Amino acid sequence: MAERANMQGRSQQAFDRLYRFHGGLVLAGHRELTVTAPIAPAGIPPLLVLPLLQHIGEPAKVLVKPGDTVLAGELLARQVGTVSAAVHASTSGTVVAVEPRPVPHPSGLPAECIVIETDGRDRWLETAGGLADYRATEPQLLLERIRDAGIVGLGGAGFPTRVKLTSGKQAIDTLIINGAECEPYITCDQRLMLERAAEVIEGVRILQHIVQPRVCTIAVEDSMPAAETALRDALEALQETGISVTRVPTIYPTGGERQLIKVLTGCEVPSQGLPADIGIICQNVGTAAAVYRAVCQGKPLVSRIVTVTGAGILTPRNLEVRIGTPLSHLVSTCGGYTQDVERLLIGGPMMGYTVNSDAVPVIKTTNCILAVTREEMPAPPPAMACIRCGKCTEVCPADLLPQQLYWYAQSGNYDAAQDYDLFDCIECGCCAHVCPSHIPLVQHYRHAKTEIWAQEKQRKKSDLARQRHEARLARLERIKQERTEKMARKKQVLTQGAGGPDPKQAAIQAALERVKRKKEVAGISPGNTDNLTPEQRQQIAAADQRRVAQKNGDRQAD
Amino acid sequence: MEFTTYSSPHLPPGGSVSRMMGFVLLALLPGSLCATWLFGWGVLVNILLAGLAAIAAEAAMLAARRRPVLPALQDGSALLTGVLLALALPPLAPWWIPVIGSLFAIVIAKQLYGGLGYNPFNPAMAGYVVLLISFPLELSLWPATDRVLDLQDTLLLVFSGNLPDTLTLDAITMATPLDIVKTRLGLSETLTEIQGSGVLGSFAGAGWEWLNLWYLLGGLWLLQQKIIKWQIPAGMLAGLFLTALLFFAWNPDTYASPLFHIFSGAAMLGAFFIATDPVSASTTPLGRLYYGLGIGVLTYVIRTWGGYPDGVAFAVLLMNMAAPTLDHYPRPRVFGHDES
Repeated sequence: MAERANMQGRSQQAFDRLYRFHGGLVLAGHRELTVTAPIAPAGIPPLLVLPLLQHIGEPAKVLVKPGDTVLAGELLARQVGTVSAAVHASTSGTVVAVEPRPVPHPSGLPAECIVIETDGRDRWLETAGGLADYRATEPQLLLERIRDAGIVGLGGAGFPTRVKLTSGKQAIDTLIINGAECEPYITCDQRLMLERAAEVIEGVRILQHIVQPRVCTIAVEDSMPAAETALRDALEALQETGISVTRVPTIYPTGGERQLIKVLTGCEVPSQGLPADIGIICQNVGTAAAVYRAVCQGKPLVSRIVTVTGAGILTPRNLEVRIGTPLSHLVSTCGGYTQDVERLLIGGPMMGYTVNSDAVPVIKTTNCILAVTREEMPAPPPAMACIRCGKCTEVCPADLLPQQLYWYAQSGNYDAAQDYDLFDCIECGCCAHVCPSHIPLVQHYRHAKTEIWAQEKQRKKSDLARQRHEARLARLERIKQERTEKMARKKQVLTQGAGGPDPKQAAIQAALERVKRKKEVAGISPGNTDNLTPEQRQQIAAADQRRVAQKNGDRQAD
Repeated sequence: MEFTTYSSPHLPPGGSVSRMMGFVLLALLPGSLCATWLFGWGVLVNILLAGLAAIAAEAAMLAARRRPVLPALQDGSALLTGVLLALALPPLAPWWIPVIGSLFAIVIAKQLYGGLGYNPFNPAMAGYVVLLISFPLELSLWPATDRVLDLQDTLLLVFSGNLPDTLTLDAITMATPLDIVKTRLGLSETLTEIQGSGVLGSFAGAGWEWLNLWYLLGGLWLLQQKIIKWQIPAGMLAGLFLTALLFFAWNPDTYASPLFHIFSGAAMLGAFFIATDPVSASTTPLGRLYYGLGIGVLTYVIRTWGGYPDGVAFAVLLMNMAAPTLDHYPRPRVFGHDES
């Protein structure tokens, strides 16, 4: 806890001493493709596809049906439970379908989406507008605004922002605004800080007002001096001294939340814990800007900045994109693909995932569209045997032993893989990048994780089945025992009666007496033919005659 | 538009096994040139024979195991095994010595265990030890450094076992400094007396000290190029040096100096090129340090009290056996976990 004490003693202006996390990589940036390109509007596509699940948590619940006309900013689906986020229309038009569509997800599986045919007029819903002075507003109300605006972490994970801001059991000491992009190619955050520094800072101030941290800093990489200057100038212009800018080294994956926290504070977020557990909250710069728009302009999260880049794109650039815009629309806005485009990625080249079609839409967490050529990223070379060289260990930012994890993961020894802390792997890809045997390590870890999850599910299921089975066995046993006891009792009665003349006769006698007693108690006498009226008797006789006649008739018929 | 899908990360990989092996072979260059200068053409003949035998054995075994031959040959590991074995062998040994050694190293110690990545023992050292135990006489044919054979005589000796009439085997061979020191200490001579005989150079065995220095240089280059990590070489040299220092401080007349030990025999070759074979070594950072230390200490023990003048090969094989245990226990603290 020395580190913690260290942090408590940190002065407002500090963060001059930086720490380092283990491993990581210095990667070629490839940011020159887009870093000078100003953010341009992507325009309105003819169709918008809005998945109900663009965040971590429960999918939103649809409030519209096909045929409804909607306005920009209108609520289309509301959040379900706490960890969830609302979805809003990002332009005006008509809902044409609510159906499963391909969505940007590594699995490639379709998911429920709201499809809107846009009308090109971008008419906005009349809203109450922004708050004149958020400082005079209760943090609780601001949090509700953030929730209702459907804001989630725009850095990539998509965790609902309101939940994150209230996740701590203890007071928040440090608020970190993550402007360290860290993956190659991506420049959307950099451009945002450069062009809209005031918006970002205003957003940070709102976040400060909500969580009341003791210190607050915006982390930028040392490879983005223009963005850093823009932030510093804006802070100076606003005479804001409560927010500092900290330059961190461009080492992948510094932009990862846990790694950035380590670099800035020297503290490590506990393995299964949250930053809030150690009094820290980390928010992306894009999220801060979205908070500003929600609070000060009353606008829900309907657009974001996306870097469209790679050697497979004719004119790479940064675009302000309406959520739900298909990737194909962005690509044509950027001049289209080059002839030799081969792979289409969402996210960066280290942690991003490939999609097989550009029909999938941009969602809230889409920070980069990367179209690459074969030359840029050739098909992976065939994997060879692990030679245990340990290069993976050297670069692992989680201090894992990737070679051992690989050994256990590929041999299906999942218990050992968990013992080697498989679930602390952040899938950053450093190990696979340096592996001289070209083993797709991350793929193996992902497979092992899903297998373990599946086994866990299976285990829970079989536990339940076992419990049921055991309960049934217990029941059967109980019944059996009861029966044996009953038998034993009967036997005992019989053997006790054995002193009389004949046990059988005695039993019959006892049974007869029991029956008699029962009848007396119930007041029943055999038959009900004792006190009949003459008419009744006649009816009975007639019925008997009919029955005899019937019987004879039946015989004749045979 | 439709695209092919791949698993992350997507950036092309940074290195390859062939590159690593190539760097190690390059780093052996100064040492092997120095050895050639010291001991003559026999060194190069050994390298050629052992290297070719290793490659042939690898190819034959891969074909027999129905594995792709060419990609595995291109990784350069078989050649490296052959070269390392050759550098450990006496340069005047008959031709079948390096050939048998390479065949054993590749066929038995490497391929029968599953090939590159699966061998529990260092193949070159397994081959060397088999030779040492089976052919002790041939393995003692170290040339006298002051009377180096020319190429023709070397080839004649290696391939036919004959020498020109003017030469005898005794005249052109001599025991290594490690051997001499061991034998004469055994005869109750003191190191001061041995020192006077001229078998020792400036700070270690005559000639051998320079050989070790060149291997050290190559090894430092490998460190600088990040092909190997410091733990194993540092561990082994520290283990050897410190153990030697302990006994040297106690009685400098009967125990050779630590400097003598780390610059004699296969110390530097072992520390930077043999013990660093990643496949058969421990794979965790701390485990590697212990692994190196173990090799260093065992080398000293075998050199001082064992039956052989040098002990690097046995020490490496013994620590190979300890590697799985070393992998299991000293693990780094995982990010976000408590110290435990």
